This record gives sequence, C-alpha cells and structure tokens, in this order.
Amino acid sequence: MKVTLKLFASLSSFLPREAQRNKVDLDVAEGTTIQSLLDHHKVPREKCHLVLVNGVFHAPEERETVALKDSDVLAVWPPVAGG
Amino acid sequence: MGWTGKILRINLSTGTIATEALNMDWADKYLGQRGLASKYLVEEVDPRADPLGPDNKMIMATGPLTGTCASTGGRYSIITKGPLTGAIACSNSGGYFGAELKFAGWDMVIFEGQSPKPVYVTIFDGDVQIRDASGYWGKTVWDTDKGIKAAHQDPQIRVAAIGVAGENEILYACVVNDLHRAAGRSGVGAVMGSKNLKAVAVRGTGGVKVRDFKTFMDATNAGKKVLKENAVTGEGLPAYGTQVLMNVINETGALPTRNGQDVQFESANDISAEAMATPRRSDGKPNLLTNQACFGCTIACGRISKIDETHFTIQNKPEYWHASGGLEYEAAWALGSATGINDLEALTYVNFICNEQAIDPISFGATVGAAMELYETGVIDDAVTGGIKLNFGSAEALVACVEATGKAEGFGKELGLGSKRLTEKYGKPELSMTVKGQEFPAYDPRGIQGMGLTYATSNRGACHLRSYTVSSEILGIPEKTDPLTTDGKAGLVKAFQDATAAVDSSGLCVFTTFAWTLEDIAPQVDAACEGNWTVDKMLEAGERIWNMERMFNNNAGFTAEDDNLPKRLLKDAAKTGPAKGLVAGLDKMLPEYYELRGWTPDGVPTSETVARLAL
Repeated sequence: MKVTLKLFASLSSFLPREAQRNKVDLDVAEGTTIQSLLDHHKVPREKCHLVLVNGVFHAPEERETVALKDSDVLAVWPPVAGG
Repeated sequence: MGWTGKILRINLSTGTIATEALNMDWADKYLGQRGLASKYLVEEVDPRADPLGPDNKMIMATGPLTGTCASTGGRYSIITKGPLTGAIACSNSGGYFGAELKFAGWDMVIFEGQSPKPVYVTIFDGDVQIRDASGYWGKTVWDTDKGIKAAHQDPQIRVAAIGVAGENEILYACVVNDLHRAAGRSGVGAVMGSKNLKAVAVRGTGGVKVRDFKTFMDATNAGKKVLKENAVTGEGLPAYGTQVLMNVINETGALPTRNGQDVQFESANDISAEAMATPRRSDGKPNLLTNQACFGCTIACGRISKIDETHFTIQNKPEYWHASGGLEYEAAWALGSATGINDLEALTYVNFICNEQAIDPISFGATVGAAMELYETGVIDDAVTGGIKLNFGSAEALVACVEATGKAEGFGKELGLGSKRLTEKYGKPELSMTVKGQEFPAYDPRGIQGMGLTYATSNRGACHLRSYTVSSEILGIPEKTDPLTTDGKAGLVKAFQDATAAVDSSGLCVFTTFAWTLEDIAPQVDAACEGNWTVDKMLEAGERIWNMERMFNNNAGFTAEDDNLPKRLLKDAAKTGPAKGLVAGLDKMLPEYYELRGWTPDGVPTSETVARLAL
C-alpha cells in the first residue's frame, strides 16, 4: 500500500533523498505501524513530539500499535511552537 | 522595586509635561504594563469616548521586569481605546524600546489630548520635550527612526513611531519600534496619529533596581536554564521561529484559507519556515538570514530575512535590498493563506512595507482576503479597486494593496477601514472574518474549537494571544487536549486568559510560557517587587485584569451578542481535514464560560465577582 511520510523542521534530514518539499510517497507493507515506519527511517523517538496521521494526533503509547492504512499521511515534528 | 515608581503625563493639547508617582496601591493589584496601565485608562477615559478624539488617552507602559536581566524582560505595551474595535486595546511589543524607557526612569507615559501640529517627544532620562515633527510627517517609520537618531546625534536612541498609515488613521495602523517590532493590533497607531504624535524617542542611562538582588539572580538564572533546556524555547523557536506552525496548522486542518472559505492551503509549504530556510533557485540563498533576539531574550525567535534582489517586488528598488524583519507565522498566514498567495518573496516584501509604514499585517492581510472575495463574487470591480485585479492568489495585487494602504491612497483608504467596515459598505458583512471588528488570526475555530471561544471572548477583539489554547489543543503544552471537542474548553480558555493577563503585566514575553509556568515566573516577579507575588496572587491579578477590561467594554456598549463568531464559522462546515463536517461549537462553550467567570448569562460580572476581585 502507499502512504505519504512528511517530516518537518529539524526532522527533514531523515527523509529519503527523493523527498521533495518535506514529503515522500512510500510503498509499505500492510500492518506497518506509525512507529515501525519512523524507526525504518531512523527518526529518533525522543524527537517525535507531534505525530499526526491525516492530521489527527497520536500519543506515544499509540504509535506502536496503530497501523497505517492505504493513502494515509503521516506527518511528524520535533517539539515546536509559535504564536 | 522593579517599578521605577514614576510616570510621565504629557498633554499634547496644552504642551504640558508632568511627573507623577506611580500609584503603588494599584501596582499591588494590577502589577504593571497591561494590567496597571489598563487601570489608569479605565479610571481616566470615558468608555464611550471617541477613540480618535482628544478624550482618548494612549499609554506606553512597561512591566516591573522590563529592563531587568530576566529573560525576555524587554516588553512594553500600548494601552488605549482601540479605533478598530471601540474596545479596550492593549498591544504588546518587544525590541529594545521598552527597556530603554525603563532605563530613562519611567514606568509609563500617559499621552493626553491632541497636538495642534505634528510633534514628536524625546525622553532622554529626565529631560522630556515635545518637539516639532513637521520634518518627519509624511515619512516612513524607517526614515523617521534614522532622522531622529541623526538629528540628536545618538544612534543608541530607541524610536517608536507611526508611518503614513497612522497619520491618516488607517484603523489597523500600529506603532513600530526598533524598525520591525510592533505594538501591532487594534489600531493603536491610528490613535497616535490622531494625537499628531509622530514618534517617541527614548534614551536612558539608568538601571532597574530589584527588591532582593541575590534572590532575583537565582530566580532569573533558574528561569533561563529552563528555557535553554526546553526543546521548544531552546531549539525549536530559535531555529524555525513561529513560522514552523504553517505546516502544523495546515496538516491539522485549521489554517484559514481564502478568507476562511477553506481550512487548508494547498501551498502552505511554499510559505513555511522550511521554505524560508531552503536556498532559492534564483540566487542559491535562503530567504532567512538569521534569527534575532529582543532585549534580554534568551529564546531569540525573531526572523531576519533578505528578499531576492531579482524578485519583481524589489528589482528596481535597491532601498529594499537590505536585511530586515522577516515573516512571523501570523503575518505569513494573513498575507499568504488568507489571500491564497504562495509567493514567499512577495510576502516578505509586503511584510517589510507593513513594518516600514506601521500597519498590522494580520488585519491588513485578512482585509485583503475579504476584499478578494468581494472582487471574485462581483460585488466590487476594477472601478472600486482602482484597477487592481484583486483575485485570490495574486501577489501583484497584494503588493499594490500594501503600497496603497501604507500611504493611505486610493483603494488603500478603503482597505484601511478593516474588513468589517469594508464588507458592510458593500452590503456583505457576512464576509468579514472578525470579532468585535478585529480580524481573527491564523487558527480556524472549526479545527481548533477552543480558539473559537478565545476569539469570541477576547477583550480586544479577535486575538490569539489572549488565550493561546493552540498550545494545549495542538502542541500539547502543558498537556494535549483534543482540538475537535468543545468539552473542557471553557475552563481551558479561562485559565489561559487569566495567566496570560498576568504575564502581559510583568514585562515578560508570553512565549516563555511554552516552557515556563507561573511557578517559574512568580519567583522572578517576587524577587524584583514588593508585595509577596505568589502564583495565586498573580492568577488573581490576571483574573482581576480580565474582568476590569470586560467591564470597560460593557460600559462602552458591548454586550453578550458581541461574543460571537462570523456566521461562516458557525454555519459552514470545514470541507477537508480532521475537522471536515464540523462548525465552531461556540454555543456549547459560552454559557459554561460565563458561569466559570462568575458572570450573568448576559456576560456581565456579578456583584459577587466584582467584590471578590476588589474591582
């Protein structure tokens, strides 16, 4: 299935080379969880503060178990804020 | 101490300058800056006074920690009755001006009346003079700043000034100090213009005394350690600034787009912090040069940018080839997403002009967004716009609009009315994305429900900085709440409002609260000031300030009916994103909010609340 991975701010450097504008489309196996995809791309767990799937936040304790679905968009930020 | 104990009262009608002792009984109840100056305003100005008339007053106020070594201790505020809203206005600015005013020996300056001719005021320690400003009238903030420093042969003078927009009472004109730091919202620059006051120039050579120096150093050092070790204030804000939110808020489906017609902008990434840091194709250099700190700040979130010299906005204008204040999130949203424009260099240029002519980019951009919808729906045409093709997405149109508004020329005068008056003029008030006449900022309440209550109840009209529940609802600070539910948001908004009022009265920057709580702030205030400033006392002061502002507005004629949101947010569901199908649930939150506040169902503080807060 296909999912989109978006990494922002200081996490941008963990995107594969073919990524453009902070995102990359990926083919992943069924059952791939949020955490397994982030681990595959070596995104440090302690830096994954804001983790959204299709814009909806997932707490750290959910990331090991929530499986991504076809066409999902996983977007991740380190601790950031603004105003 | 912390306070200098002295205020200046300058009557511009009579040309008199007086010195007064600060009312320390009030300082004990309202702390400083926003709270204390609002108390002076409430006591001295008729709530029904014309904001642009001689009976309104304009107060420049510091907090007790302004000018100290507390991190971010450089803030000052301008408090007045705002012309955009008719409500109490308090606009907060950083830079160096506030600290300099404190060094000169003053807690606040109260400007009264209206000068018969353009003047500027110099405050050089105790030497205060009203001077002829005819040579500066009609000039930009940047030229005025340069001219005053040259005239007085002192580059260390700090200048707060209005541009041509403020002179002509553009209703969201602001006051810019240190070239690109702004007391931005509610039209405080128009009030300054109505007083024929072009600028205030300050030079101070004194210091700020604190109550207990050793304890103060320990408390402020502990606070700085917290800021440094916090990932947001120690890493995120310095590196990416507030602009990092552009993609965050877009992904969460709460980015108001094309005058609030949509909640996601397909080109958000083009105008984001990430885009600012990416080398341009044209010259291989990024838009962002560096970050910058205000006085005493150890966060340094400010953006310094340089526009591509070959870009159409400045290719023949070498006067804009220098580095200056870059896009912060709110400006980038208003100038970009609200108008559907994805040209980062154009937005940066327009932001430069907003600083140079001192206009609020939030209200300006949002008003252009409303005007674009009027234009695209055929309500206004080229004859009205003076030939500007005002289509969503047109950077050329935005540039033409800012140049006209900054100089108060042509269609710019109409844009200068703000979106409420503009849309009413053309019979389409429902297209104004405002509360109490002030344009709302960069968060759509359909996707962040707490912000709907925040906007509806803000005492200065729609504003994010009165209770920034985004911090909790999106960013998880101090703890994550669900942005799509209204449950618990009444209490959350009240808590943020009271705490923020206290922080805004201290001299510190509200951005510290991404890392600090009042447990970090109260010891710093208490070490500087007499009065046993505990967390509870600060929260009580914050609640008192909020209710005082509310009562001023009620006496000015505002009612519960004004605690409302644009119909678009209440009736038209979000089309995309997590909030798809949702409208702003204000009706579910407002009654509970009134009850928690100790107000009647009509939004009036009860006699018990007034007595409890010693108002």
